[in-house]
Amino acid sequence: MSSLSDLVNLNLSDATDKIIAEYIWVGGSGMDMRSKARTLPGPVTDPSQLPKWNYDGSSTGQAPGVDSEVILYPQAIFKDPFRRGNNILVMCDAYTPAGEPISTNKRHAAAKVFSHPDVVAEVPWYGIEQEYTLLQKDVNWPVGWPIGGYPGPQGPYYCGIGADKSFGRDIVDSHYKACIYAGITISGINGEVMPGQWEFQVGPAVGISAADEIWVARYILERITEIAGVVVSFDPKPIPGDWNGAGAHCNYSTKTMREDGGYEIIKKAIDKLGLRHKEHIAAYGEGNERRLTGRHETADINTFLWGVANRGASIRVGRDTEKEGKGYFEDRRPASNMDPYIVTSMIAETTILWNP
Amino acid sequence: MAQVLAASPTCQMRVPKHSSVITNKLWSSVVLKQKKQSNKLRGFRVVALQSDNSTINRVETLLNLDAKPYSDRIIAEYIWIGGSGIDLRSKSRTIEKPVEDPSELPKWNYDGSSTGQAPGEDSEVILYPQAIFRDPFRGGNNILVICDTYTPAGEPIPTNKRAKAAEIFSNKKVTEEVPWFGIEQEYTLLQPNVKWPLGWPVGAFPGPQGPYYCGVGADKIWGRDISDAHYKACLYAGINISGTNGEVMPGQWEFQVGPSVGIEAGDHVWCARYLLERITEQAGVVLTLDPKPIEGDWNGAGCHTNYSTKSMRDEGGFEVIKKAILNLSLRHKEHISAYGEGNERRLTGKHETASIDQFSWGVANRGCSIRVGRDTEKKGKGYLEDRRPASNMDPYIVTSLLAETTLLWEPTLEAEALAAQKLSLNV
Repeated sequence: MSSLSDLVNLNLSDATDKIIAEYIWVGGSGMDMRSKARTLPGPVTDPSQLPKWNYDGSSTGQAPGVDSEVILYPQAIFKDPFRRGNNILVMCDAYTPAGEPISTNKRHAAAKVFSHPDVVAEVPWYGIEQEYTLLQKDVNWPVGWPIGGYPGPQGPYYCGIGADKSFGRDIVDSHYKACIYAGITISGINGEVMPGQWEFQVGPAVGISAADEIWVARYILERITEIAGVVVSFDPKPIPGDWNGAGAHCNYSTKTMREDGGYEIIKKAIDKLGLRHKEHIAAYGEGNERRLTGRHETADINTFLWGVANRGASIRVGRDTEKEGKGYFEDRRPASNMDPYIVTSMIAETTILWNP
Repeated sequence: MAQVLAASPTCQMRVPKHSSVITNKLWSSVVLKQKKQSNKLRGFRVVALQSDNSTINRVETLLNLDAKPYSDRIIAEYIWIGGSGIDLRSKSRTIEKPVEDPSELPKWNYDGSSTGQAPGEDSEVILYPQAIFRDPFRGGNNILVICDTYTPAGEPIPTNKRAKAAEIFSNKKVTEEVPWFGIEQEYTLLQPNVKWPLGWPVGAFPGPQGPYYCGVGADKIWGRDISDAHYKACLYAGINISGTNGEVMPGQWEFQVGPSVGIEAGDHVWCARYLLERITEQAGVVLTLDPKPIEGDWNGAGCHTNYSTKSMRDEGGFEVIKKAILNLSLRHKEHISAYGEGNERRLTGKHETASIDQFSWGVANRGCSIRVGRDTEKKGKGYLEDRRPASNMDPYIVTSLLAETTLLWEPTLEAEALAAQKLSLNV
């Protein structure tokens, strides 16, 4: 029991019933995550058992100093892979003391969409493919890249192995296990086309839980990179030039799409998305115009295009789905820094609730 | 064995050969290595030869030895506050069997002339055990004992602030109000030798404040392992720790202790500070409780004290809170002079503080001397937050002074009326 790591890994269950709850929220930039911890008298299984809390919004760009309290409403619980035992992570959203969602709280509006009876009846499933880039600390140049220079061109890196092709696997593998432990529906990982870039997938998750899980998975990822001493970037085009950007492709299906004849429903949904292309693009992440160029497996940002097995399209439908006449489709437009509450609820809104 | 003991005694973390300063990158990579190599050589910087059956492995095993199957005896670490009023000291002794209550423990003594607390020719200072906690470093039935200090004649020595606080807290008017305290201890971690904050580039500054408060990521948070280890160690020890968070200045942290009743608050905070400094000792970083460690556009470190009495927590409590604020406003100077050395460098009116000369209060206002939460205002009862104390304050003094000013002291009627007007408090 004598060293720091013994204390950090201490199993408290023999000493006390108390647990530690790490409350997590999205900060003032809409992309920075913040968290702080509190002690609770005993284990909890449901967010409704957790107390609301508050934080100093003036320190995160979310409130003025003279009226600084922002209230945290617990929304989802996950097991804490860092503290383990009965300790938990709690995903929260942020409100004024009067009970209004603050402007960076995108979950509130999404929850409204997902509780609409038409949406509930369609049981919307999401599979989100989160790409990200690992950067060396202090220089902000990708992990494994020579400082002041570039590695060999893309080709060998996608799903690659070997010390000259795969950079940062320990982070990705520990993230995978940590997410499984936490209770996140992480479905896979792979090395990406640009060296130092990786992807994990979360899903299939229903409704609002998809976005809750993505945010907590992002939090766990940044905690792990913090331990490893590298920086994680969700920028959609971290290196300009002949290098892939980073996206967050969103796979989507509803009950009727998954049933016989679903392919027609899918085509109707894609048509509706085409009619609202500009609105979606505006909500799909800052800086996406640097990524959606029409090259590097993207569709140009101003063009709406769909196709079967076509990775240069805005929407891609898998060959399986076409063959079986039912399934799902992939919206390839969202950037890696998209807010999943916005993207998932907007897709549901446009395809289920909106009519041209 | 002698060779090993001659090596650096304080560094219990493996530090790579070429560095003497723990930069952030080194710190992170070392922590990562520690987690991977749990069975191999870990901890000591060795002068002796390393080998798998070396002396080092055996020392580690002995440190973690559980003596319970072999002996009832326990080790008690007696802890006290030294001559500066902020330095903590401790030494240990064997006790025949496990104890439940401080009254079962013997008084002890130490060399006060070595801590600036007694002259050489009459150097014995007596330790009275006051509170017991479980020892997270030794485990088993071993304990930590918070003590206060007396002359052989039984008088509290000048640096003993607990004795007077205990008197105040046993006053009937105070006990029946059941005073609760929640103390938010901020602190800064420094790299050893250079005394520059942990994670900061040596000889330079990090990016301006903004991303660090409750932040995540290697470019925003430095020293989380210390905060997390401390949290669990305190829970294990039985300290009433209620939360932690990363602070606005990078390398700065906070933990909260409470709600504690009366004198307990002081005992728990001092023991938590002891655990924290033992942990930073193991990690090879330096702890500072200075209220303004870095001059300029960087937050200081405080020790905000949240306070309530039974009447404040009952229906109509908000009026009682306002009366308490009134009393506090009339004793602003007395409180400020007891709220920590160097506080004038921190209470500037900027960086979420109120200026040291001015007393102010407000709801949800972090630029005030006293802040009342929105919840308290809404429910009409609750607690107040005194934001004035510095991180190096003595919790015995601050908690007992708050109780004294609000429960035992009365202003003259004219002074009260004037103050009420000034602060727009209709009491």
